[in-house]
Amino acid sequence: MIFRACLMTAVRRSAALLLSLLMAVATASASATSEPIRIASKTFSESYVLAEIATQLLQGNGITAEHKLGLGGTMIAFEALRTGAIDVYPEYTGTLIQAVLGKPNLSRSGLDAELAAMGLTLGVNLGFNNSYALVLDTKTAATRGISRISDLASHDDLQIGFSLEFLNRGDGWPELQKVYRLPQRPVGIEHALAYPAIANGQLDITDAYTTDGELDVYDLTILADDQGYFPRYEAGLLLRDDLPPKVVELLLQLEQRLDEETMRALNRRVAIDKESPAGVAADFLRDSGLVADAVSSAPSRVSRILRNTGVHLKLTSVALILACLTALPLALFLSRFERLARSLLYITGLIQTIPALALLALLVPLVGLGQVPAILALFLYSLLPIVRNTLIGIFNVDPLLKEVATGMGLTANQQLLKVELPLAMPTLMAGVKTAAIISIGTATLAAFVGAGGLGEPIITGLTLNDHKLILEGAIPAAALAVLVELLFEWLERATIPAHLRE
Amino acid sequence: MPILSLESAGKQYPGAAALTDVTLQFKRHQITALIGRSGCGKSTLLKMCNGLVRPDAGEVRVFGEAIDYGNLPVFRRRIGYAVQGNGLFPHLSAGANICLLAKLEAWPEAQIEQRLEELLSLTRLSRPMLDKYPHQLSGGQQQRVGLCRAMMLRPEILLLDEPFAALDPITRKGIHQQVLELHQAEPSTALLVTHDMREAMLLADTIVVMDNGQVVQQLDKQILLEANPDSAPEDLLHAMLPGELE
Repeated sequence: MIFRACLMTAVRRSAALLLSLLMAVATASASATSEPIRIASKTFSESYVLAEIATQLLQGNGITAEHKLGLGGTMIAFEALRTGAIDVYPEYTGTLIQAVLGKPNLSRSGLDAELAAMGLTLGVNLGFNNSYALVLDTKTAATRGISRISDLASHDDLQIGFSLEFLNRGDGWPELQKVYRLPQRPVGIEHALAYPAIANGQLDITDAYTTDGELDVYDLTILADDQGYFPRYEAGLLLRDDLPPKVVELLLQLEQRLDEETMRALNRRVAIDKESPAGVAADFLRDSGLVADAVSSAPSRVSRILRNTGVHLKLTSVALILACLTALPLALFLSRFERLARSLLYITGLIQTIPALALLALLVPLVGLGQVPAILALFLYSLLPIVRNTLIGIFNVDPLLKEVATGMGLTANQQLLKVELPLAMPTLMAGVKTAAIISIGTATLAAFVGAGGLGEPIITGLTLNDHKLILEGAIPAAALAVLVELLFEWLERATIPAHLRE
Repeated sequence: MPILSLESAGKQYPGAAALTDVTLQFKRHQITALIGRSGCGKSTLLKMCNGLVRPDAGEVRVFGEAIDYGNLPVFRRRIGYAVQGNGLFPHLSAGANICLLAKLEAWPEAQIEQRLEELLSLTRLSRPMLDKYPHQLSGGQQQRVGLCRAMMLRPEILLLDEPFAALDPITRKGIHQQVLELHQAEPSTALLVTHDMREAMLLADTIVVMDNGQVVQQLDKQILLEANPDSAPEDLLHAMLPGELE
C-alpha cells in the first residue's frame, strides 16, 4: 500500500509537471503571437499568394503581421480562425457553404448570416471565381470528342486522379459521380503532382481550379459543367469580427482587385516559374499601386534551415521529455497490475493508430494552433513505445532474480527501483529511442498546424512542386534522426554495462 | 523454544499437494539438510520459512512467533537467503550485491566496511573481485559472493536452496570446506536443501529425508554414522527412501 501511495504521488507529481510545462509552452507561444495580425494560408499556391499579399499589404502600412504558412486543410484553418488562433485567411464561398457548413442550398446572404453568428465575416471580395473544374489533356479531348463532363460517361477507360480533398468532400467526387452517372474509379493524388502525371500520360483527368496557373502551361481543356453541378467559389478574405478597423480598412483595398486572369498569371509564376509567393505578392502590390516599396524579405536558406531545425528539435525534445515523465511512472505503477497494464497498452496503441494529421486536426479546436497541439500530438505518439518497452523490460526480468529480491527482504518499491528497473533499462532506452525517432518523423506534420519546423519547407515544397524546398526539410530531418540514433547509442554505452546491453 | 518450527504445515497447488502435514523443529546453531528427489517438497518447505510460500494448513513459527505476513520485508532481513545458480543481480558489482541490504538498512559506511572485511577474510575473496560483475567471476567465486550477501546482516537463520548444485565437484569440495569454517566462525541456524547425500553428510548435523511432500525421516548425523560406519552415503539414502533412486 505504501508502495502504491508512493507511486501515485509520483504519477500525480508528473501530471502536474506536465500540465504546467504545457501551460508554459502555451503562454510562451500566445504571448509571442498575440501582438501581430496572424494571416494563414492553406496548402496550395493560390492560398499562399493571397495570404502573402494580405500580409505584405498590412506590413507595408506599418502593421505587424505574420503569415502562418500552409495549415493542413480547410477544417484546421477554419477552426483556427473560429477559436482565434489566427485572424485572417483566404477562403471561397463554395468551400464555406459545402465543406464547412454542409448546407449546399445556402444563399450568399444566408452564408453571411451563419458566419456572423460565429463572429466571422467573408469581408473582402477579391474579384474572381475559383471553381472546381475537371480538366483533360487537349489531344485526348479532341480525338475522343469530349468537351463536357457528361461525355465522360461513355469513356470508362480514362484514368482519373483527384486530390484527396476533392475525392472525399461532399461537393466533390461522390456527388459529381451521382449527378453525371460516371463509371470511372478515380485514385487519390497530390494536386501538384497531377499535372505532370497528365503530361506524362499516366493520368487523363484531374480536378483543377479555374485559376490554376498550370492550365495555361499544360495543354489542358476545361470540361464544361453542363449540368451546373459545381457551385460558385468566389474568393474572399475570411476575417474575425474583432479585427481592428484599421486592418479591415487596409484589407478592403484588395476588393475586386484580382480577376481570374490576374490570379491565374500570379499562380503560374509560383507554380511554373518557381518564383516565391512572397516575391510574386510584392510585385502585385507594387504594380497595382497598393504598396509602393513592397519587397519580399525572405530569410537566407541557411538561416531558414537553422531556424526550422531549432523549432523541430524543440517540438520533439519537449514532447519526448513530457512523454518520459508521464510514461515512466505510469508504466512502473502499472507493472504491478498486469490486466490494467494490458488495457493501457491497448489504449496507447489506439492513439498510435490515429493518423497524425487527423490527431492534429482534432486537437486544434481544443488547444488552438501552433506548437501546443503539435507537442501534444508528438507526446501522445511517444507514449506507446516508452510504456510498452518499460513494461516488457520489467515483465521479462528473470523470475529467479525477482524471487531472490523478495526472499532477501526487499520491499516491493525497492525491488522495482533497485532490481527490476535497472534490468529493464536497455529495453526502456530502446523504447525512448524509438519514440524520439518516430517524433522526428512525425514532427514534419506539425507545420500543418502552424508549428513550423522542418515540415514547413517540405509542405511548402509539396504545394509548390519545388523539390529543392522539399529537400531543404527532408535532409535535415533525416540527419537529425541519424544524430539522435547516435546520441542514444552513446547514452547507452555510457549508462548501461556492456553485458546488459541488447 | 525452537528458533524455527513447522506445525502441521501443508501446501496445496492446483492438482497436487506440494507439502502435507509437516511438523518439524530445527535446532539452534545447527545445519539441517533437507534431502529428497526433485519435486519432493523440500524447496517448498524452505520457502515457507521466509514467507515466500504461505502454508494453507498449519503454521510456521520463526523466532518464537507465527510469521506476520503483513510485515515480511523486515522479517526476511533477519534470514539469509542463497539460491541455486547464485541469484546474483547481474547489473550490480559483486561488492554492491553483498552490500545491498546493509545500504538499504542505512548502515554507516564504516560499519559496512568492517563487516565486508570480516566476510572477505572468511570466504577468502579478494578486494579487486568486489568491483567485478557476477558474470566476470568463476562459479565458485559467485557462490562465495552469494554466501557473503546472505550473511551480510548477520542473520540468525540461513536458508540455502541447493546453492552448490551447479558447481563442478572440485570447486564444490572447496566451498564445502568454507561453509564449515563460516559456520564455525558465525554459527547460525541453517537449512540446506540438497539432493546430494554426500553433501548432506558432510555439512549437516541433522538430516531430514523427504518424499512426496512428506517427511520420511529426521535423523541425527552422528547416530546415522555410528549405526552404519561402513556404508556409502548414497546407500544410506537409498535405505531411507521408498522406491528406486534416480
